[in-house]
Amino acid sequence: MTKEETGRGDRPTAIENQGSRLIKRAIRPLVAIRPEITAICAGFLVGAIVVWVTGHPVVETFYHLFRGAFGSRIAIGMTLTRATPIIFTGLAVAIAFKCGLFNIGAEGQLQVGAFAAAWVGIALPPMPPVIHISLAFAAGAAAGLLWAVVPAVLKVTRGAHEVVTTMMLAHVGILLASYLVTGPFKDPGPVPQTEWIASTAQLTRLLPPTQLSTALFVALLCAIAVYLFLWKTSPGYAIRAAGLNPKAAEAGGVPVARSIMLALLLSGALAGLGGAGEILGVFHRFIDGFSPGYGWTGIGVALVGRMHPLGVILAAVLFGALRAGGGTVARAVGVPLDITVVIQGTIILFIAAQRMTEFLWERRRKK
Amino acid sequence: MIGIWDILDVALFAAMIRMATPLVLAATGGVITERSGVINIGLEGMMMLGALFGVLTSYWTGCPWLGVIAAMVVGGLAAAIHALVVIRFNANHIVSGLGINFIALGLAPFLSEVIWGSRGHSDIVTGLPRWEIPLIKEIPVIGEILGPHSPTVFMILAIVIIANIVLFKTKWGLRITAVGEFAKAAATAGIPVQRTRYICVIISGILAGLAGVHMSLGHLSMFTWGMIGGRGFIALAVMISGNWRPYRVLAIGMVFGFADALQIRLQGLGVPVHFMQMIPFLVTIAVLAGVMGRSRPPADIGKNYEP
Amino acid sequence: MRQITKDFPGVRANDAVDFKVAQGEIHGLLGENGAGKSVLMGILYGLYQPTSGEIFIHGRAVAIRSPAEAIALKIGMVHQHFMLISNMTVAENIVLGFEPDGYFWNRKEIAQRVAQFAAEAKLPINPEETVGQLSVGAQQRVEILKVLYRQAQILILDEPTAVLTPQETEALFRAMRALRDQGKTIIFIAHKLKEVLSICDRITVLCRGKLVGTEDAGATDESKLAEMMVGTKVVPATRIGEATIGDRVLEVKDLTADGERGERALEGLSFELRAGEILGIAGVEGNGQTELVEVLTGLRRPTGGKVFLSEADLSGITPRTALDYGIRHIPEDKRKRGIIPGFSVKENLILGDHCRPPFKGRFSWLMERVIRRFADKRIEEFQIQTPSRDTPIDSLSGGNQQRLIVGRVYGHQKRPTLLIAAQPTCGLDVQATRYVRQKLIELSDQGAAVLLVSADLDEVMAISDRILVIHNGRLHEASKRPSRQELGLLMIGGREDE
Repeated sequence: MTKEETGRGDRPTAIENQGSRLIKRAIRPLVAIRPEITAICAGFLVGAIVVWVTGHPVVETFYHLFRGAFGSRIAIGMTLTRATPIIFTGLAVAIAFKCGLFNIGAEGQLQVGAFAAAWVGIALPPMPPVIHISLAFAAGAAAGLLWAVVPAVLKVTRGAHEVVTTMMLAHVGILLASYLVTGPFKDPGPVPQTEWIASTAQLTRLLPPTQLSTALFVALLCAIAVYLFLWKTSPGYAIRAAGLNPKAAEAGGVPVARSIMLALLLSGALAGLGGAGEILGVFHRFIDGFSPGYGWTGIGVALVGRMHPLGVILAAVLFGALRAGGGTVARAVGVPLDITVVIQGTIILFIAAQRMTEFLWERRRKK
Repeated sequence: MIGIWDILDVALFAAMIRMATPLVLAATGGVITERSGVINIGLEGMMMLGALFGVLTSYWTGCPWLGVIAAMVVGGLAAAIHALVVIRFNANHIVSGLGINFIALGLAPFLSEVIWGSRGHSDIVTGLPRWEIPLIKEIPVIGEILGPHSPTVFMILAIVIIANIVLFKTKWGLRITAVGEFAKAAATAGIPVQRTRYICVIISGILAGLAGVHMSLGHLSMFTWGMIGGRGFIALAVMISGNWRPYRVLAIGMVFGFADALQIRLQGLGVPVHFMQMIPFLVTIAVLAGVMGRSRPPADIGKNYEP
Repeated sequence: MRQITKDFPGVRANDAVDFKVAQGEIHGLLGENGAGKSVLMGILYGLYQPTSGEIFIHGRAVAIRSPAEAIALKIGMVHQHFMLISNMTVAENIVLGFEPDGYFWNRKEIAQRVAQFAAEAKLPINPEETVGQLSVGAQQRVEILKVLYRQAQILILDEPTAVLTPQETEALFRAMRALRDQGKTIIFIAHKLKEVLSICDRITVLCRGKLVGTEDAGATDESKLAEMMVGTKVVPATRIGEATIGDRVLEVKDLTADGERGERALEGLSFELRAGEILGIAGVEGNGQTELVEVLTGLRRPTGGKVFLSEADLSGITPRTALDYGIRHIPEDKRKRGIIPGFSVKENLILGDHCRPPFKGRFSWLMERVIRRFADKRIEEFQIQTPSRDTPIDSLSGGNQQRLIVGRVYGHQKRPTLLIAAQPTCGLDVQATRYVRQKLIELSDQGAAVLLVSADLDEVMAISDRILVIHNGRLHEASKRPSRQELGLLMIGGREDE
């Protein structure tokens, strides 16, 4: 037998192999995110049941939900507008989580960041937009970062659990921002809100009449930056190492305490940027209660996105779509938009119980 | 000009007790579940569900007592879901509690709108009666402070005392503590870790439901959307500041209850009250920082145990 | 126990093991680390469920699904890592789960009852004391009492001597004999031959999950057991020829340090170590080895004394600085201190060097190409069996993980000046053991100073140039070519105490 013949004989199997490998490669990502897919399906299923039990048309509800989220240019604009702040808070939660920390206080960091950005937008004299906007974002980041200082310091020095400290400080931050806007910085009128920020501090609207602004690009840039930082730089490596096994990381020369500080502070800064983006891009002033819980939603987004920047973006679009579509549903079929919060909660619960989804899959396979 | 004695009157102290009640109830539930090692940040959501379903049951049946029972059942059910997800499916306690909160905070206004046509508030329903203690009500100031109150107010003393006795004076308490401190050791000593945790988590949900129904049926006789307003989280603050001990929880709950009552009073006078509302959270952070007192959570808290 | 098989993901811990114990005997269960002793006993105690096989007690087939069921069958287990709740009292720990009837809990009465019970069992103890404040030996007594309180007839003791001083071990053996004479059955899990021979009536040997055989203690000896334990004859790597000893590298002067619980762990150690030398530190685990290693690598702050590395004062440095000075470390607990689970092989290989060039470029950028090349080189050189450099380290076997850790020690360009190897072959199979030892010798031949800390006497004797014995936080110098007996005596503090 010659070499040529053997080669020819091998070829079909090689191609076959390649074929099946291609299919496998196409399926693999889907299999890999099976828990997430299951959780999302479960969320919609529970949502459907609630809608059905309360006597609403299920199919119509979901049709309008989808239409309101993706049905038109404006719908997509709305979805992306809603997704923008939760990309920021999702990234905030994710970067801390990569260091083994659960920052559940992004809401507070977001609100103080938003207020700081609004203040810069109002108080500074006219200047070129690029500088004004940069300063406002910087102020938002700084305020959010400041809000993470206490949890970070207490974690490192006292071992105080960051879940508790960030949660407590979140409420303090919300109350502080609320105080500032009902008290010293209140614009005359019945609504607790500040005056308008200068036009030089306002972000460009991308898709009028929706409020989608260039804050989305800032969010995407942040996602790329977080990815590069965590996976391609030495301090990012240290943060991930400290998150996965602090004892081994310590023995390997990783400054664990410093990594914890850095991760939490960056987390706060990202949430603060999210707040700034909302003020500069959407509201153009600080309004009391402007955030419907973007910080809390960010936790869900980070979880569904598996703490990865790309996942965070996709999950943020999903959660943003739920918010945007919820409004349409309420208007079109009279299903209260809170149904979308129920769906989000169910998704989070199922993500938490990944074992449960595995368990369900296993059982199905056995049958 | 309003004098200080116009604010610090008898009604304020009565309000203190009224506002402390939900905090103490939920925090006591928190103490029980956390001592068994399971974190429950879903207290807020469980309170919300308790408040809503209490009103709903009273709305349908006209009997507020059935509402109380329904609230406890619904709180317990929500906690059972949390327990199942955490204990059976090994989930992160924080994430699961967060999911419960989301569902509850979405479901409550949803049902409110579906049933009463407003996501903000329900119709007024038959609330709980007001009770007075026969002899004490004759005492001038104290009598006014201690009554008339909703029955739920009088329950807290009994519940705190029972919780304290169970935790520190019975073998069940010893077992709960063992499970929360070192689950594996408890398991090898023959204690059913999982079952103990299930029971403790469900009790916390029942107490949170009771706390919620106190806010709705025991207080306003209706459900409003902002009714719980973060009190589930304040209850966690009470629990931590109270060092996971029922009597201290009662004391701290009273202090925060006073802050809450004062805050509501001042709000009525148009004074910004945000800083008053921050008190529970700041106190908790101070406690965690070791600035005031020291508190130590159970060693195995938040850790799952798999046999 | 008949035909017990237990599979864990990727490992068969027990393979069709038959294990018989007669009533009223002390039965030794012998095997190396990872031979499946603890798993087998865990199955008997209901901690694990066997994949297949049956258990008979007094001839009756039983299913043991939980420790509670094992306790009901009068089986008790003293775990290697104590199952005690440290902030509860002795009495509370002992009666936990088996409290006297009645709903209320009477502290005094229970303390009295426990004190009486302990006295009857001839294991006296103060029931009111908090467990966390007891010595290790006393904690073990609490564990045994706890088991006896549950009226166990079959006692499983999992490596009970690993943490004990010789005196405590003697006391334990006396207690074990007394229990046997009361008709109780004891299963003694161990890997130390001498102990097993001195206390047991019969001995069963496991090797890599399989039953090798059961012997009468009177009819066997150490070498025979050792052969059974290891399976094949070991030819450990030994040092051939004299080492070329260079300048002084490490000097430790009057070093003191505290242990995890604040107790004094190191009581003024002084020694020096020269380039090209392998200094072996022998001793029973828990005599200060961990603390010594941690101080030298910067993981623990000393409370007193000095550490010099080639004249530079390195007392109380951080791990990072230690690495900068070329101090490398093979940690004692690989899973805890050695590897980062979830990281790839590549990422684990650069741990410790990730923060310096050539891996770290401008703006703290990680130089991906350099790292890849380095990883591939190391994987090849150290024969790390891995599908690729990007495979998560969790999926590698223990031996390969250790190869990776050894490979990491070599650093990128700079060879280590000082290598601290703590229990470097613990839990490895023969082949991997040999490999690691060879690498240690190779490194010292290249001029590194090697500090070998090992509880394995044979290992220390095989490759060290000089041997120190650590006992109770103090060092004792052994003679140039010490005998096992001499070292054994030093290890129990013989020279001083007797």
